[in-house]
Amino acid sequence: MSTNNNQLEVWEVFIQSKSGLPHIHVGSVHASDIKMAMQNARDIYTRRGEGTSIWVVPTLSISASNPLDNEMLFDPSNDKIYRMPTFYVMPEGAQNI
Amino acid sequence: MSLTSNATLETFQERIDQGEYIEPKDVFPDEYRKHLIRQMSQHAHSEVIGMQPEGNWITRAPSLRAKQILLAKIQDEGGHGLYLYSAAETLGISRSEMINQLQTGKAKYSSIFNYPTLNWADIGAIGWLVDGAAIVNQVSLQRTSYGPYSRAMVRICKEESFHQRQGYEIMTKMMRGTNEQQKMAQDAMNRWWWPSLMMFGPHDSNSPNSGNAFKWKIKRESNDVLRQKFIDKTIPQALLIGLTIPDKDYKLNEKTGHYEIGKINWEEFNNVINGNGPCNKQRINHHIKYHNEGAWVREAALAYSKKQK
Repeated sequence: MSTNNNQLEVWEVFIQSKSGLPHIHVGSVHASDIKMAMQNARDIYTRRGEGTSIWVVPTLSISASNPLDNEMLFDPSNDKIYRMPTFYVMPEGAQNI
Repeated sequence: MSLTSNATLETFQERIDQGEYIEPKDVFPDEYRKHLIRQMSQHAHSEVIGMQPEGNWITRAPSLRAKQILLAKIQDEGGHGLYLYSAAETLGISRSEMINQLQTGKAKYSSIFNYPTLNWADIGAIGWLVDGAAIVNQVSLQRTSYGPYSRAMVRICKEESFHQRQGYEIMTKMMRGTNEQQKMAQDAMNRWWWPSLMMFGPHDSNSPNSGNAFKWKIKRESNDVLRQKFIDKTIPQALLIGLTIPDKDYKLNEKTGHYEIGKINWEEFNNVINGNGPCNKQRINHHIKYHNEGAWVREAALAYSKKQK
């Protein structure tokens, strides 16, 4: 019974749709090793030319930030508006800047 | 993550009301999780069980072209099931648990797949009507509040349109064919029309799971609204190729511009949901049989991967 219910390892799949573009997360597959993970990702997520490149990563290898820490992680950047180009006052008539 | 203190519930509802998407690690009520697992796993099971009535015709497809198309369509259905299982797993339920719930009858699947496919026109009717109804529902679900579910729906909708068009092409070809082919197409229409309308679920006045689903924006449009969209799209397509609507009471309401239909036989719907449809037992037994027969493949794959380490 235990073997019958073995669902194999879970892998996250990232696809690059065109060269030059970033790899984007599309979902997951189950597989016993990286070769099977790659094959399954190909069969499940790229049946219509959706990709030029596939990454598969064991789900357990991914660490994700906790949404409860969002304030601590992301709010400080809102305080530092001098990082934005619109913070600076340009003289009247200045062009191409 | 699920917490249910009042403060977190309020924040959750505010986020939903502002149209934000909810992601797996966000805080949400346990009921939201349960509702999604029920709906998404049922949706995934429907895609997978839906491969069976169509698989019935692979070896008897009337041409190589038809056979290639049918194989590609069935492969898509399997793929859709996997997108949805993958999205449901982000809620913390495992694939084996979901399969177990399907095989023990704890989880349901769409009752439409408990009807048999008796002639080739049924493959046309399934693509055109059953997938057509599914598309109306799935287009609406692209805006569902749970991020992974929404993304799976976007992907599925991109692929479904091929399914519906290939089905309508089969129906059109048969309606342009011999008398006998026309009769087969009409026969398929007569058997699939009402079950397709039932796919949208009970009338709004009698839909027990809708309250929270709307409040949490899991569901965006009601059963009756979606059903009406399908009716208005489909009746003109049927008439265009010469099919008769198997409903003596249907008519176009000139004022509203909507078609009105006769009474849906909900007794039949409940009967099929409760396990007494023509193929309920066959569908589950088939799933169990092939799941068990595939066990050695999973075992061998695991043994091989251990050996490589």
